[in-house]
Amino acid sequence: MEVSDLKTVFQTHDGVIHAVNGISFSLDEGELLAVVGESGSGKSVAMMSLMQLLPMPPARIASGRVMFQNQDLVKLSSSGIRHVRGARIGFVFQDPMTSLNPVFTVGYQIMEPLREHMGLNRKQARQRAIELLEIVGIPAASKRIDDYPHQFSGGMRQRVVIAIALACDPKVLIADEPTTALDVTVQAQILELVRDLRQKLGMAIIWITHDLGVAAGIADRVIVMYGGLVVEHAPVQELFANPQHPYTRALLDSLPGRHTADERLRSIGGQPPLLLAEPSSCPFAPRCTHAFDRCRQQNPRLMNVEGRHEVACWWDPETRGPRDVG
Amino acid sequence: MLNYTLRRLMFAVPTLLVISFIIFALLDLAPNDPTGNLPLTIPPEVREQIRQTLGLGEPFHIRYLYWLNQFFINEPLNIIERIFGIEIGNSSERLRIRSWATRSPVVDLIIERMPQTLWVVGMSYVVGILIAIPVGIISAYKQYSWFDQIGTFVSMVGFSVPTFFTGVVLIVIFSVQLQWFPSIYDTTLKVTDWSSFWAQVRQMVLPVTVLALYNAAQLSRFVRASMLDNLNQDYVRTARAKGMKERVVLLIHVLRNSLIPVVTVIALGIPTIFSGAIITEQIFRVNGLGQLLIIAIQGADIPLVQTLTFIFAVLIVLFNLIADLVYGILDPRIRYE
Repeated sequence: MEVSDLKTVFQTHDGVIHAVNGISFSLDEGELLAVVGESGSGKSVAMMSLMQLLPMPPARIASGRVMFQNQDLVKLSSSGIRHVRGARIGFVFQDPMTSLNPVFTVGYQIMEPLREHMGLNRKQARQRAIELLEIVGIPAASKRIDDYPHQFSGGMRQRVVIAIALACDPKVLIADEPTTALDVTVQAQILELVRDLRQKLGMAIIWITHDLGVAAGIADRVIVMYGGLVVEHAPVQELFANPQHPYTRALLDSLPGRHTADERLRSIGGQPPLLLAEPSSCPFAPRCTHAFDRCRQQNPRLMNVEGRHEVACWWDPETRGPRDVG
Repeated sequence: MLNYTLRRLMFAVPTLLVISFIIFALLDLAPNDPTGNLPLTIPPEVREQIRQTLGLGEPFHIRYLYWLNQFFINEPLNIIERIFGIEIGNSSERLRIRSWATRSPVVDLIIERMPQTLWVVGMSYVVGILIAIPVGIISAYKQYSWFDQIGTFVSMVGFSVPTFFTGVVLIVIFSVQLQWFPSIYDTTLKVTDWSSFWAQVRQMVLPVTVLALYNAAQLSRFVRASMLDNLNQDYVRTARAKGMKERVVLLIHVLRNSLIPVVTVIALGIPTIFSGAIITEQIFRVNGLGQLLIIAIQGADIPLVQTLTFIFAVLIVLFNLIADLVYGILDPRIRYE
C-alpha cells in the first residue's frame, strides 16, 4: 500500500479544519507500521480516510492517492470501496464496548462480511465464524457464537472485533488504538494475540496508538504524526535509539519508565494546534524548545537522515543547531 | 420470561382493584341525579322510586361490590357463553351492569360500538405507523435535507393543530367543496359487494386521514430522534467497515436498534385506539366508543361511564405489560428474571 500526499479537511461552521495535511507513507506486505501521535494529531482521521470511513460531508479528501493492489482507493465509488472494506482491509476500532451492535449475536456479526464478500452460505459462514473465534482465542467458541456482545467482557469483545476484521483474510489490518480502552493486563493479552496472528496469517498491520511503549513492543516501523503531518518516520530501533524530531524526543521523554523514581513525570507544554489553515510554518514550533526563526517561517518537508529514517525538522540534535540543508 | 409475565399479571390485580375503586368512588361522589333529565311533572315520590329501582338505595360499599361482581364475574361469563354457545349456571338470573339511560346492558352497548372504533381509529393508527416509520428513517438519514425540513414542518403542524380543526377543514374542502367523500360516517352500511365496499372506503377516508396525520406526526418525530441517536453509534461505523451495503447498515443495524423504543411507544398507544379519538368520532359522526362515552357523560349515565373508563384502565395496564415484554424480546440486554 502506497499513500501519497493525502489531505483530509472537515467543513465546519467555524471554517475548514485541515486535519490531514498531505501525508505520504508506504506499507510493505506483512509489515507492522505503528502510527504515533497525541490526540488530534490526525492519525485516526488519516487512516479512516484511506477507507472513506469518515462521514462525508463534513469530511472531504482534498487530494492524494492511496494505491492498494493497483487501485486508487480515493477514486473508488462508494460501492467500489465497499468491496475493499472488510474484504481486503480490516478495521479494528478503539472501544470494543460500543463498536459491536448490541442487538445481534456475535456470530451474526462475524458472519455478515463472510456472506457479503466471500459468498458463503449460512452453514459455511457459521463454521468459519467458529474457526475465527477460536483463532482469536475465545474459549468454547461454538457455544459462545450465539451470545450477544453484552455477555462478553471488554477484552473478549475486542477479540470478537478482531475476528470480524480478520473474517475475510484481509491483506491489511488497520487497528485504531485497539488497546486504549482496555485495562493493562488485557492490553498485554491483545498485543500478544496480534503478534501471534501476524505470524500465522501474515497480513500487514497499521497500528494507531498514542503509546510509544506499545509501538516499541510490536512495530517494525514507526510514523510520528503531528498537526496532520508526518514529522518523523523510521524503523523502530532506529527511532528509539536516535530520535530526531523534538516532538518525538519530547514524547519519549514523557514516557514514565524512562525516569528515576524521584523525578517528576515530564510533559510537553502547550496544546496541539487548531488546524484552521494548512500549516505554513512548522506546526510544532510554538511548543518546541529548540525553535528558531526558520521554524516560524518555513514548514520543513521530510528529509532523509540515514537509511529509511526521515524527519521534518530544521533542527539537528547532533550539532544542537540548525540542520545543514538548503 | 413466563415467570415474569405471571408475576406482572398478579401485580396487575391489586392495581386494577385500586383503580376500579377510585373510578367508582369519584363518579359516585360527583353530584348527579339519574332522574334529573325527567319531566318536572313527575312527583318526588316517583323519582325516589326510580332511584330505588336503579339500586341507589344501597350504601356505597354494597353498590361497589355488586359492580365488581358484575364486571369481573357475570359479564365475562356472559361473553364466554356467547362465544362458545354454552350455558354456565343460571344465566338468565345473572345481574348485569345496565345503562341508566337505555336500560340495556352496558357490555352489549360497548360490543355494538366496538367495530366502528376499531375500523376507523385502528386503521388510522396503522396508517399513521406505516407513514411515520419510513418518514422518520429518511428524515434521520438525510438530516437537514429538504425532505427532513418539510417532514419537520408537516409533523409540527400535524401535532399542534387539533383534530377538530383539521377534521372540519377537510370536511369543508373534500365534502362540501369537492364532494369527493361523505362527511358523515354511516354505520348501517353493510359491505356486501364491491360498490358497498367502495362506499365504506370512501366514508373512512376523511376520519382516518385526520387521525393518521396526527398519529404519524408524533411517531415520525420519535422514529427520527431514535434513528439519529443510533446513526452516531460506533457499531454503525463497524458495520460500514465490514463493507456492508448502506441499505443493510441503515435498515438492519440502525433500524433494529431504533425500533426498540418506538415499538414501546406504539404498544403504549394502542389503548388510546379504544378510547376512540373522542373528538374525531364526534366530528364525523362515527358512533364508536368515544362517542358512546361522550353521550354517557352528558346523560349522567354513571354505570356506562364507570365501565368504559375502567375498560380503558384495564387496557392501559395490559398494554404496559405487553410493551415491557416486547422490549425484552427486542433488546437482548434486557432479561426479566
